[in-house]
Amino acid sequence: MVMIPDAQGRFGQYGGRYVPETLMPAILELEQAYLTVRKDRAFQQEFHDYLKQYVGRPTPLYFAKRLTKTLGGAKIYLKREDLCHTGAHKINNTIGQVLLTRRMKKKRIIAETGAGQHGVAVATVSAMFGLDAEIYMGTEDMERQALNVFRMRLLGAKVTGVNAGSRTLKDAISEAMRDWTTNVKSTHYLLGSVLGAHPYPMMIRDFQSVIGREARKQILTAEGKLPNKLVACVGGGSNSIGLFYPFIKDSKVNMIGVEAGGKGIASGKHAARFAGGKPGVLHGTMTYLLQDRHGQVNLTHSVSAGLDYPAVGPEHSMHHDTGRIQFTSATDDEALAAFDFLSQEEGIIPALESAHAVAEVIKLAPTMKKTQIIVMNLSGRGDKDVQQIARMRGIPL
Amino acid sequence: MTITAKKSNRIQLTFQHLETQGKAALIPYIMAGDPSLEVTQSLILTLEKAGADIIELGVPFSDPIADGPVIQKAAERALKSGTTLPAILKMVKTIREQSNIPLILMTYYNSIMAMGEETFCSQAVQVGIDGVIVPDMPPEESDTLCQASSNAGGPLPIFLLAPTSTPSRQLEVIKRTKGFIYYVSITGITGAKLMDMTSVKKNVQKIQKSAKKPVAVGFGISTPQQAHDVSEFANGVIIGSALVRYVEQYYSGEKSLKNIGRFVKSLKNGTS
Repeated sequence: MVMIPDAQGRFGQYGGRYVPETLMPAILELEQAYLTVRKDRAFQQEFHDYLKQYVGRPTPLYFAKRLTKTLGGAKIYLKREDLCHTGAHKINNTIGQVLLTRRMKKKRIIAETGAGQHGVAVATVSAMFGLDAEIYMGTEDMERQALNVFRMRLLGAKVTGVNAGSRTLKDAISEAMRDWTTNVKSTHYLLGSVLGAHPYPMMIRDFQSVIGREARKQILTAEGKLPNKLVACVGGGSNSIGLFYPFIKDSKVNMIGVEAGGKGIASGKHAARFAGGKPGVLHGTMTYLLQDRHGQVNLTHSVSAGLDYPAVGPEHSMHHDTGRIQFTSATDDEALAAFDFLSQEEGIIPALESAHAVAEVIKLAPTMKKTQIIVMNLSGRGDKDVQQIARMRGIPL
Repeated sequence: MTITAKKSNRIQLTFQHLETQGKAALIPYIMAGDPSLEVTQSLILTLEKAGADIIELGVPFSDPIADGPVIQKAAERALKSGTTLPAILKMVKTIREQSNIPLILMTYYNSIMAMGEETFCSQAVQVGIDGVIVPDMPPEESDTLCQASSNAGGPLPIFLLAPTSTPSRQLEVIKRTKGFIYYVSITGITGAKLMDMTSVKKNVQKIQKSAKKPVAVGFGISTPQQAHDVSEFANGVIIGSALVRYVEQYYSGEKSLKNIGRFVKSLKNGTS
C-alpha cells in the first residue's frame, strides 16, 4: 500500500514542509512524537477516553426527517458535531494535540483561530491540563466573533489581536508561526486545521477521522448500506477530511466539499480556492491558493470567519486533482438562507460554516431519489453567530 | 576592489578578496520597491559607495512568516508601490550597467513558484543576480530549485542555519549551500534583539570549522558595535531591519540618501 502522505509529507505533489530552518527541528520532533503515539495503544486509549468522557462522543448521526420531507428527495442524515463539548468538531483535534504536547513536555500552547471555535477548544483543553495558552486572532474576526473572544478569556487564555493584512485567519496563522519561531523550545503550536507543514495535515486528519469512523458505523446500523453522498464545508478542511477519510476507499460514496462562495465567484470576493486558485505555497504547505499572477496571496471574503482563508488542506488538493472529492461553493446569501432554514426545519441552529454544507444539501437532495442517502457533517453549532446575524439584520440585542 | 571574473562567481570572489585582507563582508539588506524601485536603485549605489560588499534585496511578499514588523511593513509599502519580482529583475538589469556589486535576492518560495523555478533562475542569472535566499525553503524542499539553479548557472542557493539546527541538519545545509552560509543569530524572526554574542560566536566557529565555506551572520544586528563584534569571528555581517527602519524613517530624497550612506559607512567602519 502506498502511504499517503509519503515520508516527506507529500500528498501527490502537495504538502511538504516549507518552513524556516529555525522551525524545522521542531517540525521533525513533532513528527517523531506523533509517529510514536500513533502506534501507542496507551495514547490511543487515553485519546478515546477523553473523546468519550469529556467531548461526549460518539456524536449522534441524526436522521433529519422533516428536512428530508420538505426537500422531497434523498434521506438526509446529520453528523452532529455541533453537540461536541465547546460546540464544534475542533475539540477532537485539540484533545489529541494537547495529549501530545504533554508527552513532549512543552508547557505553553499557541494557536490561531478564525471563527473562534478552534481558539475556544484550545483554551478549553489548556485549562483542563493547566497549560498556558495564547491565541492569535485577526482583529476583523475578533469583531465578528466577539462572543468567542470572551469565552476564550473566560477559560483563562490570552487572546492577541492581529492587525496585519486582512486581519483574519491568514494573518493569525502568520503571527502564530512567528511566535513559534521565537519560542520554539518551550511552545507547541496547536494548529487547528489540516494545513501547515507536515506532520500537521496528516496528524489532524487522523485525530478528526473519528467523525467518519463513527458515521460509517452509524449509517450501516441505521440503513444497512453506505451513503450515496457525503457533504461538508471546507475552510482549511479538517471537518470534511474527518468525515471523508474513512470512506475514501468506498469508491461508490460520492464526496462533496463546499467552499465559501462569498459574494459570488465572479465578484472575486470569496474563499473558493478550487474555483479561483492555483497551486502555491503558504504557511508551510504546497496547495491550492488564491493568489495573483506574481504569487501574492489574495484577500478573501466570507460571511463565515472559519472559511475565510486563501489556502486549503494539501490532501484536499490531491483529491481535487484526482476527482475523488468534488468541490463546489455556497455564497454568503445561500449560507444565510440555509442557516434560517435548518433552524426552522429541524430546531438546529448551525454554525455559519456548516450552513454552507446545508446550502449544498438544499440544492442536492431534491435531485436525488428517495432511496438515496446523504450524510452531512454539521460541524458546529450557530450560537457563536447569533450576534453577528442579528447585527446584519439591524436587530439590537 | 575590481572584480572581473564570471558573473556567477561574484559572491565567492568577494569573500576570497576580503579574506586576504582579514575583513568580514558587510551585507546590508533593503526591501526592493520600498518606497519605490527607483529609490531602491539609488540606494544600491549609495550602499555600495558607503562600503557594502554584498547587497541583499528583499522581494516583497504578502505573508512573510520569517519577518518581524519592520520588514513586514516594508513589504507592504513595496507591494503598495506595485513592486513585482519581474520588475525587480528589470531594475537589477539596469543597475548592472553601473555596478558590479554582488546581489542576492531574499524571496519567499511562492514568488519563485509563481514564476516557475526554471524561468526564475535563468532570468535572475541573465540580469546579474548572484544568489538567492529562500527563508521558507529548508533543504528538504530544495531539490528542484537547486537543480534549476545548477542548470541555469545560478543564482547560487544560499541556505540558512539556526541555533536550533541539529548537527545532521548542519551537514545537510553545508553540503547544499553555495557562496556562503547564512547563520541566523537568534531563535526568532528578523529584527528581534540579539542577546548572546558568546553563543553566536561559539556556533559560528563550529560551523566554519566543518563547512570550509564563509559564514555570514544575520537577524538582530543593528549597531556598528554589534557589527564590529560579529565581524571579529564571522565572514559576513548582515544588517536588515535596522537599515530598513532607517529607510522608513529617513527617506525623503537626495539628502536622506546621504544619511543612509553615513549609517552604512559607520557599520563598515565597525567591520574593518
